[in-house]
Amino acid sequence: MSNTPVNNGRRRFLTAATSVVGGVGVVGVAVPFIGSWNPSARAKAAGAPVEINVGKLQPGQLIRAEWRGKPVYVIRRTEETLKSLANHEDQLRDPQSAEPQQPEYATNAYRSIKPEYMVALGVCTHLGCAPTYQEGSFEEQVEGVKDGFFCPCHGSKFDMAGRVFQGVPAPTNLVVPEHSFPTETTILIGVGQGEA
Amino acid sequence: MFANFMAWIDKRLPVTDCWNKHLAQYPAPKNFNFWYFFGSLAMLVLVNQILTGIWLTMNYEPSGEGAFASIEYIMRDVDYGWLLRYMHSTGASAFFVVVYMHMFRGMMYGSYQKPRELLWIFGMLIFLVLMAEAFMGYLLPWGNMSYWGAQVIISLFGAIPVIGEELTIWIKGDYVISGATLNRFFALHVVALPLVLVVLVFLHILALHEVGSNNPEGTDIKKKKGSVKPEELSKFKFHKHYTDKYDIVDAIPFHPYYSVKDIMGVVGFLILFCWVMFFAPEGGGYFIEAPNFEPANGLKTPEHIVPVWYFGPFFTILRVIPDKLLGMITMFAAIGALFALPWFDRGVVKALKFRSKAHFINLTQFAICFIALGILGTMPATDLANFIGRIATFGYFGFFVALWLYSKNEKTKPVPERVSG
Repeated sequence: MSNTPVNNGRRRFLTAATSVVGGVGVVGVAVPFIGSWNPSARAKAAGAPVEINVGKLQPGQLIRAEWRGKPVYVIRRTEETLKSLANHEDQLRDPQSAEPQQPEYATNAYRSIKPEYMVALGVCTHLGCAPTYQEGSFEEQVEGVKDGFFCPCHGSKFDMAGRVFQGVPAPTNLVVPEHSFPTETTILIGVGQGEA
Repeated sequence: MFANFMAWIDKRLPVTDCWNKHLAQYPAPKNFNFWYFFGSLAMLVLVNQILTGIWLTMNYEPSGEGAFASIEYIMRDVDYGWLLRYMHSTGASAFFVVVYMHMFRGMMYGSYQKPRELLWIFGMLIFLVLMAEAFMGYLLPWGNMSYWGAQVIISLFGAIPVIGEELTIWIKGDYVISGATLNRFFALHVVALPLVLVVLVFLHILALHEVGSNNPEGTDIKKKKGSVKPEELSKFKFHKHYTDKYDIVDAIPFHPYYSVKDIMGVVGFLILFCWVMFFAPEGGGYFIEAPNFEPANGLKTPEHIVPVWYFGPFFTILRVIPDKLLGMITMFAAIGALFALPWFDRGVVKALKFRSKAHFINLTQFAICFIALGILGTMPATDLANFIGRIATFGYFGFFVALWLYSKNEKTKPVPERVSG
């Protein structure tokens, strides 16, 4: 090879050019293989954001929706409830929502975008049971707290902002999913505030 | 007749030559002890896994709806289905037992040192692929621990900044672990990774036969050509591939000497293996965990999510670091450190028996820490467990740092020229 009369510069150029073109081909052909691992159209449809109309929701009322196989609770809280949230903070595990159980925009005293509407996954952070909404009868569980959520499986207790009480098995507050208000009276679960 | 047939073959494919070069005339040190069983045992288990695995796929249904029920079907309705499945599940644990022993053998006798670095790296790659293989295989029964174990491990990737969340969705092929995840894990578990594994094992053995086996004394059985008196040469006939380059001493042909000796290892191994398979196939909840007897349920987390025992050491390292991303990095660093072992050890003396007291203590503390990490990994994460886990993690990494420090100017005993005894 080395003693054949060749133009080395030309050979190097052709080798490099062929390698580059071949490399581009390899990258190109990798696209479908990597791309096919993305959620399929069916999975995307099943996991699509869920719109909930809260226009007819009465103060104190809870409605359930399903999103990505999990129950979502939407509660319209009364003025009175909102005011009472600060009263039992000393009995909570994480009153300031330090654990990232909610999106940034819901990391506030009410754990919500609009104080009135609480959105949380109805999945106990202990072992995933669905906590029961105890409207007006929560005082049986925690003295001085009128409403809250009580998990029937192992007795975990959460307040009206989904914050967990001390001394129960659940380690963290209820999860607040990504959600937003496309209009005044609809909530879109799965799309964060300012994302859409 | 047969000779003619072989001659015909050999003209077209070097079968006899290959047999001689790698088995009948392969020079192996004459002083192998029981620690040298584990390489051949690992091969035996690999064959067991491939065979039983193929047979299991004949009745297994890789789908979110059918997987759990098809395992029950295999266990209850398929003739010998229970046996094939227990051979496979016990085989998974046995694989890690023999591989851990095999690796520790390499550490004791310095078998990773020059010139066997690449051999060690191929071995580590096998270990890495084996862990991926076992992790994906554990999802397939679609039990609740399968589901949540995968959930925990996949969510680790979510700790990677920026791309993390997207990456976990890409791995899962869905927003939650679903049939899509199960199907791709099945494809990787039964086709892709076994292929990679077999190729790596081939390269591991090829690299071994190029540099030759180490031995418990760490002496070199290949001497410079012409440096050994004819009467001291090994009396056996070895392949010219070896004798052309070296004078071979203290060696015996692999076959029949070690092939027969390894059968003894196989017998002992199979006694233990069968005892577990027939009398304790669940391994007391360590080989098949209790929550896996109920189907995967994304709404019901098991009380304690713990990995199968063989992931214990690395899981503990992950868990005792309070930060998720840092924990993941540390866990991968624990495996990375093993990869780099040939370069952490700057010593030239291989075998433990001729190395310093410091090395003996260091290796011993490493083994203790590794076992402690493994035990902790199967227990709930209490404060005490985390405390002990941190000490053991320190010991684990400390082994490599200390080794690097003392191995440069280590006080070693003189290594004999020849294998003694």
